[in-house]
Amino acid sequence: MAVSLNPTGAPHHTWRNPANATVQRCKWALIALGLLPLARLVAGHPLGWLGANPIEFVTRSTGTWTLVGLAITLSITPLRKLLNWPWLLRLRRTAGLLAFFYACLHFTTYVWFDRFFDWPDIVRDVVKRPFITIGFAAFVLLIPLAITSNNNLIKRVGAARWQKLHRTVYLIAVLAVVHYWWLVKKDITQPAIYAVVFALLLGLRLLWWLRAG
Amino acid sequence: MLIRRPTDILPSEITSEHAYLQRREWLKQAASMGLIAGLPAFAAGDALAQGSRLAGVKPNPAWQLPDEKLNKAEEFKSYCNFYEFGTDKTDPPAYAKSLKTRPWTVAVEGEVLKPKVFDIDDLFKLAPLEERVYRFRCVEAWSMVVPWVGYSLSALINQVQPKGNAKYVEFVTLADKAQMPGLRSSVIDWPYNEALRLDEAMHPLTLLTLGAYGEMLPNQNGAPVRMVIPWKYGFKGAKSIVKIRFVEKEPRTAWMKAGPSEYGFFSNVNPTVDHPRWSQGSERRLGEFGKRKTLMFNGYGEQVSSLYSGMDLKKFF
Repeated sequence: MAVSLNPTGAPHHTWRNPANATVQRCKWALIALGLLPLARLVAGHPLGWLGANPIEFVTRSTGTWTLVGLAITLSITPLRKLLNWPWLLRLRRTAGLLAFFYACLHFTTYVWFDRFFDWPDIVRDVVKRPFITIGFAAFVLLIPLAITSNNNLIKRVGAARWQKLHRTVYLIAVLAVVHYWWLVKKDITQPAIYAVVFALLLGLRLLWWLRAG
Repeated sequence: MLIRRPTDILPSEITSEHAYLQRREWLKQAASMGLIAGLPAFAAGDALAQGSRLAGVKPNPAWQLPDEKLNKAEEFKSYCNFYEFGTDKTDPPAYAKSLKTRPWTVAVEGEVLKPKVFDIDDLFKLAPLEERVYRFRCVEAWSMVVPWVGYSLSALINQVQPKGNAKYVEFVTLADKAQMPGLRSSVIDWPYNEALRLDEAMHPLTLLTLGAYGEMLPNQNGAPVRMVIPWKYGFKGAKSIVKIRFVEKEPRTAWMKAGPSEYGFFSNVNPTVDHPRWSQGSERRLGEFGKRKTLMFNGYGEQVSSLYSGMDLKKFF
C-alpha cells in the first residue's frame, strides 16, 4: 500500500499507517499492561489482596492471564484483517511472549508451591490426572514457539516452516481451555467463556481458509 | 405469549426498587441517629443475626485440638463454599449479608414419632451450647481448624424419636431466589440437600452447629444453623438448614446428582481414595505454606471407623 503524502511531503500518519515510534510506544504499553497482573500478585501478598489461600489465588491468576495472553495473540490477525491495520502484526510476538511468561509462572507455581519439587509425585500427577496431562502438554508445546520468537531464528528456520510450527498455537489454545474446563469443580461458566472466544478466533481463520480455497 | 395466572402479583403490590432502596437508606440513617436503639423488636431481625457473642458457651474438653493452631476467624469468614451465593470463595462473604436469619424455622419430619417445627431460638436452648475444635477438610484439598459452637445432633434426634424404619437423615438448605443470587445458576439441583445414615447422625461427633469463634454463625458460613461432620468432606455439612427429614431409603444428595462418579454418599475423608480428578493424599491448611498429609477419617478414625467395619471404602466412597 502506498504511503500518502501530505502537502509538505512528509508521510501522512493515520491509525492505519502509524509512525514507527507510535508502534514502538504501543509495544511498550502492551508490555506495561501485560505486567500489571504480576505487579498485582507481588504487591497483593503483603497487602492481603490474595485472600485466605494465596497460593491458590496465584495459581488461578497466572493461569487466567496465560489464557488472556493467548486470546490477545490469536486476535491480532483477525483484527489486522478486519481493521486493515497491518502494523498490528508487529505486536503479536510481544503478546505471545507475555502469554508464555504467565504460562511459566503458572507452571512454576504448581511445581514449587503445590508439589514442592517432588518430581516423582509430579510425574505421577502428569500421567494420572488428565487435566494436568493436558495443561502440561500445552506448556511443553509453547516452549518451541517461544524459543523461535526472534528474527534470527525465523531466518534460520525459514518463514514457511516457522509459520507451520507456529500454527501449533491453535492446538495449544484448545488444550488450555480443556485444561481449565476439567479442573473446575462444577461451575463451567469461566472456561466456557474462553471456549467461545477461542472458537470465534479459530472459526474466523477456518472461514478465511475455506474461502481462500 | 404471556399466560397470566390468577396468582400473578398485582403491579400495585410490588414494592418499587426505589422504595426498597430507600428502606435500606432509612435503616442506615436511623441506625446512625440511634433510632434503632428505641426499636428493639424491629432491629432484632438484622442485628441478632450476625456477630453477636454467644452467652453460656462451654468448651467441651473431649473435643479440643491442643496440638493444632486455630485458623483465624477472618480466614473462616472470607473463604467459603456456599454455592447459593455464588461459586467463587469470595461470593458468599460479598452476597450473604442479605440473608435474613430471623424469623427462621427448621421442620423436622418424616419417619419420626414426634415431628416438630423448631423455631431457631428454641434450637439455641434445646441443649447446652458447647465449643468444639474440629479439623475441617474440604473435598478440594484445603483445610482449617475451627472452633464450632453447637451440640450433638443426637440431642435433637432423641426429641423427635425416629421410627424403626428411619434409616437415613436428610438435611435441606434454604432455596430462596430473592435472597440467594447463586440460585440463578443451575450448577446444583436446588435446593441443596445432604444426608447421613442414622448411626452417623447419632454419632456424638456429629454437630448441630449454631456458631463459631464464640459468635453466631456468619451468614456466609451457613447461618443460622448448619451441620458439621468432622470426619467427612466439608460439603456433607448442609448450611442454612430449613428441613431435617427422616427417611427409609438413601437420599440422592445434591453433589451425587451433580457428579455421580466424583461424589459418593459417604464422602468420608480418605487419603487413599482420590477424587477422580485430583489427589486426596495431602491438603493445604489455610495459613500454612507447605502441605500436610491428609489423615484417614480426618484424624477421627478412632471414634468413627467402627461405623464402617466390613465396608469397602473404595466402593462406598
